Amino acid sequence: MEYDVVIIGGGPSGLSTAIKLKQLDPNLNVCLLEKASEIGAHILSGNVFETRALDELIPNWKELNSPIKTKVTKEKFLFLGKTKSLSWPTWLLPSVQQNHKNYIISLANLCRWLAEQAENLGVEIFPGFPASEILYNEDGSVKGVATQDMGIDKDGNKKDSFEPGIELLGKVTVFAEGCRGHLGKQLIEKFELNKGKDPQQYGIGFKEIWEIEDKNHQEGLVMHTAGWPLDNSTYGGSFMYHAENKQVFVGYVIGLDYKNPHLSPYDEFQRFKTHPAIKKIIEGGKRISYGARALIEGGFQSLPKMFMPGALLVGCDAGTLNMPKIKGSHTAMKSGIIAAETINEHLKENKDLSIYEDKFKNSWLYKELYEARNVKPSFSWGLILGIIFTGIDQILFRGKLPFTLKYKHADHETLKPANEMPKIDYPKYDNVITFDKTSSVYLTGTNHADNQPVHLKLKDPDLPINYTLEKFDEPAQRYCPAGVYEVQKENNVNKFVINSQNCIHCKTCDIKEPSQNITWVTPEGSGGPRYGNM
Amino acid sequence: MKILVAVKRVIDYNVQIRVKEDGTGVVTDNVKMSTNPPDDNAIEEAVKIKEAGKATEVVAITVGEEKAQETVRKALAVGADRGIHVKVDGILEPLAVSKILQKIVDKEKPDLVFMGKQAIDDDCNQTGQMLSALLNWPQATFASKIEVKDNKLEVTREIDEGLETIEINFPAIVTCDLRLNEPRYASLPNIMKAKKKPIEEIPASDLGVDVSPRLEQLKVEEPPKRKAGIKVANVAELVQKLKNEAKVI
Repeated sequence: MEYDVVIIGGGPSGLSTAIKLKQLDPNLNVCLLEKASEIGAHILSGNVFETRALDELIPNWKELNSPIKTKVTKEKFLFLGKTKSLSWPTWLLPSVQQNHKNYIISLANLCRWLAEQAENLGVEIFPGFPASEILYNEDGSVKGVATQDMGIDKDGNKKDSFEPGIELLGKVTVFAEGCRGHLGKQLIEKFELNKGKDPQQYGIGFKEIWEIEDKNHQEGLVMHTAGWPLDNSTYGGSFMYHAENKQVFVGYVIGLDYKNPHLSPYDEFQRFKTHPAIKKIIEGGKRISYGARALIEGGFQSLPKMFMPGALLVGCDAGTLNMPKIKGSHTAMKSGIIAAETINEHLKENKDLSIYEDKFKNSWLYKELYEARNVKPSFSWGLILGIIFTGIDQILFRGKLPFTLKYKHADHETLKPANEMPKIDYPKYDNVITFDKTSSVYLTGTNHADNQPVHLKLKDPDLPINYTLEKFDEPAQRYCPAGVYEVQKENNVNKFVINSQNCIHCKTCDIKEPSQNITWVTPEGSGGPRYGNM
Repeated sequence: MKILVAVKRVIDYNVQIRVKEDGTGVVTDNVKMSTNPPDDNAIEEAVKIKEAGKATEVVAITVGEEKAQETVRKALAVGADRGIHVKVDGILEPLAVSKILQKIVDKEKPDLVFMGKQAIDDDCNQTGQMLSALLNWPQATFASKIEVKDNKLEVTREIDEGLETIEINFPAIVTCDLRLNEPRYASLPNIMKAKKKPIEEIPASDLGVDVSPRLEQLKVEEPPKRKAGIKVANVAELVQKLKNEAKVI
């Protein structure tokens, strides 16, 4: 099928691209593919939302019953010790971390709403159809994508229900898959889009939604913490947002450049909730949702070139998240808006897609990412030095220091051998505040039709046991937030087990596996989590 | 031959159901909804019969709120020819749905009515049976195999004792089991084609059916949590505990 524009991914960047395109020219044929069973079902984000990009895209959003309702009313920043906490005055926070004009939202619900706006404008949205393959023209330019075949059994044979994937061809194809998109990754490599850039940096973010007691709930309160349970050399922190309906969004983000293979991001998050300052808020409440997703942390230095013949990258498929701001939705949306303007001029006036870069450089998005660029790398010196430097960089110089700190390593290169690093003794789950992975994954509603090929591919199937287990104690058992990877002993022989039906599409394994031995590919359509208001 | 297939929009079977805090029902806001799984089997079977040349038209019908139309659209994408959406808001009990279906059957005059054996949300398992009574048509419930013979159906049913095969005359109601077939995927081109297929919208009030609930719902609550198990050291302790604590032997 042929379209003017084919968009891969129904998150904030892809939907903004689609909406802007139809606003610029209602006659454009635009289609958008989404791998989840419905728009929003694979979206997970904090989220404190800055409306800047939405104000540009849909200025009257307040009149259109958008799910942006809870204004930030109060802010707190805590440094946590093991049992103590120190409140940091908010006026001493860099302005990028001040949220008083922002809203506490569910990004999944915002995407559902954006999808409605897009459909009203005539965008054709197809949920349940992952793009599994990039198609190229003879001259090497991107021609479009092919969707995943449906109804293949685990051995690769066609089942009775087999339905072949189809080719969707676009004059321009926009890749909006989010952090570590599996097609975006191929494009970056093929077109060397990251040439001369620092290696991309990632984090893993967890989120739970709790319904809490009235007396503990302060609608509009935004709280962040740094410190315990992470040590000084591990980058990360928490968020807790008091949303409407007595809900709080509790979450934790850990940089995937951590060094200790014994570290379990999931368990760090679980024990974080046992801190007195946190526990007292959620105690007596009920956990109703759980999820996790990798996110981009590299920012400016790691941002690849975002155009190539026939295609553009938008949002975190490239990596437009603003780390010190802890926000990526408004930047993703802005990149989508710029992409749409680029495509419109490309189709109408035959301008080269490279004008995307010029438009980007002239936008507030570029300025934001540029000024934010030195924060995350400074934390490679540890939490305390990182904070001191960030204060100088962000408060005194407002990101205008005349140098740019570099990232030296990709996240998969940072693990130290297991025998050189301390083991971490995580407390047992109490099933009140902390929970095991199985019951957490249950809340995600994730499912993959059984009898289909495993969508987590091993380049070398023997490597996990022969090398990674020995050297790193197979960290996949711990970095996976859904318990997909297990090492089981069978008759005294170790076996690497992949429970791919549990996968919640976070992409952490694809990023952190020390030998890059795991590749995440798209499973059959509609597979994966069914997040509600995440 | 014409087959009418009833489909219902329910909470997706993968979603963990959450009871509303005030006990008035379950949370459906921003929850993924899908077609009731055995209704997918019903549609698949009807389409297969049509593809085998034994039926000429498959009509999908749903009864419910605005968004329920998604299930009809999905049925159209996997091969139904046209759709009917009887619009009604609020709680609907099986009797009300059966009466609405009866009216539609009077109008459409199908030879067969298919539907899922039960809906996974309320698990009533009543609509097909009630419709059969209202129309005074034969019924075959829990069908795991359907064979069309001239003006007769041979239906294999899943029952406690095993499989039962019965023969019923047209016109008839058949409620379908999950083992009946493997529903096909809606392909992208077929989803696009389905967007152009007609769906007739009928307000329930036009049918003159009283849809007000006959049952009063007192309370909805979660099942009690299962207590954690314990480990026993030996058989003697197990027997002792079963006898004295669990009092089952």
